[in-house]
Amino acid sequence: MDSVFVYCEIEEGRVAEVSQELLTKGKSLAGELNCKLESVAIGSRLDGIEKDVFPYGVDVLYIADDPRLYPYCTLPHTSIIVKLFKEQKPQVALLGASSIGRDLGPRVSSALHSGLTADCTSLVIGGHEDKKQGKVYEKLLYQIRPAFGGNIIATIVNPECRPQMATVREGVMKKKIFDPEYKGKVVKLDVPKYVSDTDFAVEIIERHIEESKVNIKTAPIIVAGGYGMGSKENFKLLYDLAEVLGGEVGASRAAVDAGFVEHERQIGQTGVTVRPKLYIACGISGQIQHRAGMQESAQVIAINTDPDAPINSVADYVITGDVSEIIPKMIKYYKKNTK
Amino acid sequence: MKGYKIIVLAKQVPDTRNVGKDAMKADGTVNRAALPAIFNPEDLNALEQALRIKDSFPGTTITILTMGPGRAAEIIREGMFRGADDGILLTDRAFAGSDTLATSYALAQALKKIKHVDMIIAGRQAIDGDTAQVGPQVAEKLGLPQVTYVEEIKEISGKKVIMKRRLERGIEIVSCPMPLVITVNGSASACRARNAKLLMKYKHAKTVSELQNSNEDYTHLYNDRPYLNIQEWTVSDIESNPEELGLSGSPTKVKTVENVVLQAKEAKVISPDDNDIDQLMKELIVNHTIG
Repeated sequence: MDSVFVYCEIEEGRVAEVSQELLTKGKSLAGELNCKLESVAIGSRLDGIEKDVFPYGVDVLYIADDPRLYPYCTLPHTSIIVKLFKEQKPQVALLGASSIGRDLGPRVSSALHSGLTADCTSLVIGGHEDKKQGKVYEKLLYQIRPAFGGNIIATIVNPECRPQMATVREGVMKKKIFDPEYKGKVVKLDVPKYVSDTDFAVEIIERHIEESKVNIKTAPIIVAGGYGMGSKENFKLLYDLAEVLGGEVGASRAAVDAGFVEHERQIGQTGVTVRPKLYIACGISGQIQHRAGMQESAQVIAINTDPDAPINSVADYVITGDVSEIIPKMIKYYKKNTK
Repeated sequence: MKGYKIIVLAKQVPDTRNVGKDAMKADGTVNRAALPAIFNPEDLNALEQALRIKDSFPGTTITILTMGPGRAAEIIREGMFRGADDGILLTDRAFAGSDTLATSYALAQALKKIKHVDMIIAGRQAIDGDTAQVGPQVAEKLGLPQVTYVEEIKEISGKKVIMKRRLERGIEIVSCPMPLVITVNGSASACRARNAKLLMKYKHAKTVSELQNSNEDYTHLYNDRPYLNIQEWTVSDIESNPEELGLSGSPTKVKTVENVVLQAKEAKVISPDDNDIDQLMKELIVNHTIG
């Protein structure tokens, strides 16, 4: 009852990174709400999975283990979560804003008539007053996200419906072990009681999942390009600089949408959140959704032809000029003065 | 072969990709008038997948269903110019203030009125909210299976659809029986352009409200050519529980909205001259940021 609940995404028998981050956030929310942190792992051959989950401070882990439950399929996972939530009545439920969480979350919210906020960049507990209804609520989940092209930051609440559901992208929350020795309780679910045969209507014929080749999340230096780079060819300059400095190439959504670079390099609200030592933003105007994903970088250099680009507001160094002239100068100096 | 009955769910959205300086009013609210209204990009990808089915299976019909204000009839016409057969505009003040859940309820109730649907195809998400929720929420309310992030419909045989899904880190090929809900990813093929003949055929297609507001009398035209009538459904045309519509049917409430105000931090301004760039790089090497 009234717990904070985190859906644990399973990939190759392991708890996904985004779920570990959400367990960490869930623990701190549960602390403020003075309630239990619960979680559910759904998949196949999950023996010992609790060892990966309990150190985040999970009090109860529900496990649904059945060969038919991996890889993830919408309907059986929905059925399990919906029934489990009806039984356990959590007050907050968190899912990764991943291919899985964004497929599952809306389905569950629709079945339970509970509100769901996508791609939150911050989750906070706070009070709320509904003046029209004359009602006061204590300790609601504030689901905070940029909206409308990033021109506004909206705080969303679900006063009446439970659970209050939110999805969060990988990298937005920081993962941290709560207590390596923490011991919770395992509850094994009797799977046939939770799913029906009609839940297996969709059949996976083939599946190719690659380990992510790029790891911009942990890169100490990121050279990121925006729509202002103009073309895929011009992005080559950024790869050159990243290689010389030992960093990775990132991109804004506009650059990804324009096809300059692959989606896994996208930084921002609908991409990855990064916190490198140095972030070099090239031809990026810097809408709030992009800044949300990089403003915690230790140092930011903004290179842009527009002296009033919003990216400059989070920059430590602003260079107003042409990227194609400036980057070769940086590479040249660096090569000459190191090693 | 009688083909398939396809409904394409589409939304007219403000073009948030091209937000200018006048997009926000002084009071912090969105100045919708300053933003052009467009066919949501991924809904066009969805339409293209439907059109390809129609190409392969003669007799297939495509109906565009959209919920929105009166002017959203524009995207129905746009869809007809590209090959859709007809459209339904779901419009009523009762739907105002809907979050994704109340929207999906209204759409699902409208879809229940349309019989023998084989496939419901929608874009993955709309650019004004980026939530990707309405497709799956509609599927749940109709008790249908869903296949999200579809990049290509590879094969249809009888009542079975085989699709390629684009996931964050890979792909899946899945098979699903009809009826089903499909949401299409932006990486799918772009929508074909308008067809000149269809443009001529449908350019006068209008909803009842549009006809009433128009000065010219085309009554005879619309009687002779029934395909020019775009259906307009209000809340009284669908069965619904008023408590599940609009604001009251929306569990999520917007508590506060803050206009984004930039508070510039003190940035060092550097010229693009060789000397300045060298100086910057030197500084970064000395303080061990790089090197």
